Amino acid sequence: MSNVITIEPVTRIEGHAKITIQLDEKGEVRDARFHVNEFRGFEKFCEGRLMWEMPGITSRICGICPASHLVTSAKAGDDILAIGIPETAEKLRRLMTLGQWVQSHALSFFHLSSPDFLLGFDSEPAKRNVFGLMEEHKDFIRRGIRLRKFGQEIIELLGGRRIHTPWAVAGGVREPFDEERKARLLAWIPEAKETARMALDVLKKIHEQYAHDIPNYGNFRSLYVGLVSDDGGLEYYGGALRVRDGDGNTIADKIDPRKYYEHFGERSESWSYLKFPYYKKLDYSRGMYRVGPLARINICDYIETPLAEAERRIFKAIAGDVEVMNNSFYYHYARLIEILFAVEKIEMLLNDPIILGENVRAKAMINKREGVGVCEAPRGVLFHHYWVDSDGVIKKVNMLIATAQNNLARNRTVRQLAIQYLDGKKLTDGMLNRIEAGIRCYDPCLSCSTHAVGQMPLHVQLVDAANNVVDEFTR
Amino acid sequence: MKPRVATVWLGGCSGCHMSFLDMDERLIELADKIELVYSPIADVKQFPMNVDVALVEGAVSNNENEELAHLIRRNAKFVLSFGDCATTGNVTAMRNQFSPDEIIHRAYVELAEADPTIPSEFMTIAKLLPQAKPLHEVIPVDGFLHGCPPTPDQIWFAVSELLAGRTPVLPNAYLRYG
Ligand code: SF4
Repeated sequence: MSNVITIEPVTRIEGHAKITIQLDEKGEVRDARFHVNEFRGFEKFCEGRLMWEMPGITSRICGICPASHLVTSAKAGDDILAIGIPETAEKLRRLMTLGQWVQSHALSFFHLSSPDFLLGFDSEPAKRNVFGLMEEHKDFIRRGIRLRKFGQEIIELLGGRRIHTPWAVAGGVREPFDEERKARLLAWIPEAKETARMALDVLKKIHEQYAHDIPNYGNFRSLYVGLVSDDGGLEYYGGALRVRDGDGNTIADKIDPRKYYEHFGERSESWSYLKFPYYKKLDYSRGMYRVGPLARINICDYIETPLAEAERRIFKAIAGDVEVMNNSFYYHYARLIEILFAVEKIEMLLNDPIILGENVRAKAMINKREGVGVCEAPRGVLFHHYWVDSDGVIKKVNMLIATAQNNLARNRTVRQLAIQYLDGKKLTDGMLNRIEAGIRCYDPCLSCSTHAVGQMPLHVQLVDAANNVVDEFTR
Repeated sequence: MKPRVATVWLGGCSGCHMSFLDMDERLIELADKIELVYSPIADVKQFPMNVDVALVEGAVSNNENEELAHLIRRNAKFVLSFGDCATTGNVTAMRNQFSPDEIIHRAYVELAEADPTIPSEFMTIAKLLPQAKPLHEVIPVDGFLHGCPPTPDQIWFAVSELLAGRTPVLPNAYLRYG
């Protein structure tokens, strides 16, 4: 018996994890850790495969954001071929990337996080899920389901299937688009916009309702990293890397994403399968950075679509004079702004005649022995780095995954919430759920990074320094 | 009482679960027909007793997957191998050509900066089995649903049949891997 609290598995996130909280003799929180529990070994077993197969294999890293891995992998392939791809192909890949954002962000907000907000952090655990919402909040959840469906349909209409399409390839994409499919997607736009705005209205009420709790959800300075377009706009497919600090100063800009390894390193720890990336120009203790929606809205100077830009300004106003928002609860807000942006941008792309072009794939031989692909996945910037021989056989693979890059900040968030909500005397399901909710802000996708579910129940014992059980809790 | 349904995620990519969610509006219909008693999208932490149907995604890849698989078998009447990873090992089993040490060394030593550390606190984190195995090599299963992932229509068909008390006999169109 020890004075360690374990929350296992962490639920309503996309992956398998545990939280442990260590208490000291006085029953106060000494440390809290977020552990990622499984590892699948893509970096090793892709060796010996052909570079051409990598989009199909690496999309199986993650069923939630397969299209992001697919496109990033194809981009690494473009780099190995050392070619530019046809404009139509690039725009179609952009379209798919945005479809991926919409479906994944809708999943995070509606299916996974909204049960906490609409049913309550302290509501009955057995009902606190998307099915539980179908009783009292049927219309809300139906609209959320349909928004996710819209994102998935973009992927399906481009790639022939929703999950694990083999559509993007080194040099472009496999198939052109057509008028009929375009019309089907355009017909969705008004509804998708309406749902995105409805979600923003609901979230603003949530901000009021939980005003008291919100300051505890990962509220600290860190660096923010992501892609921005050539003139500093919100970016999702191209552009260059920018690093901004917690006071809003841009400390590095226009970093060639292909040289990511000069700027970012990873550390491993004995207690998690998820490594801890950090910004190398600062040391490990100060190099903590956040990626994903919060980071992207924090680092960009503007958003190119009007409705999303109007929301970004409100977001900035809430952040106040620091220029960046340092509170992880606002990941949700940033995510919804990005849905709105994505829907507006999808409409623009669909109306661009270039997407109906017939030329969608450039062909070339293996021209380089090394290639890097980069893209903004829903959870943040994603890197695929491959080394090949002259036949395109993979020699080595490195991937830097969005969810991993938030690892240091997520861990710190768990600690902050544990200190806030646990007093070492009494435990409730609601307290522990709040800690899990802190994790959900980041929408971690652990299948991406590694990934297992624990067989142990959530069984918590609070033990005092003399090893007496002060409180006990099971769910 | 409504049938008690569980969905479980072992060593897979969650794509099978996402395909389950891809039943879209049909989920609302399903919510009337079943009680979802355990799932990665719900908050119950302990695999419960008296489960009628368990859909199990993923290969058995570590000691915790293995223990959970046995618990599922004890507590569930019908266990469905859900998708190609559960059915054949699929992508999760691609690591089997190497030893766990080799794949771990690559990720945590070769690809890490400064003082690399091997994840080893197995009191907290799971330990890889020497080989990732399909589910039926670990426990007897009652059915297989193919696909990487199975399509939403396929899942809808299988679940509807099970809820009607029949063992699903999949039409040929659904019998495909990948
Ligand atoms: S069968 Fe395919 S979709 Fe399902 S978990 Fe395995 S890799 Fe993912």
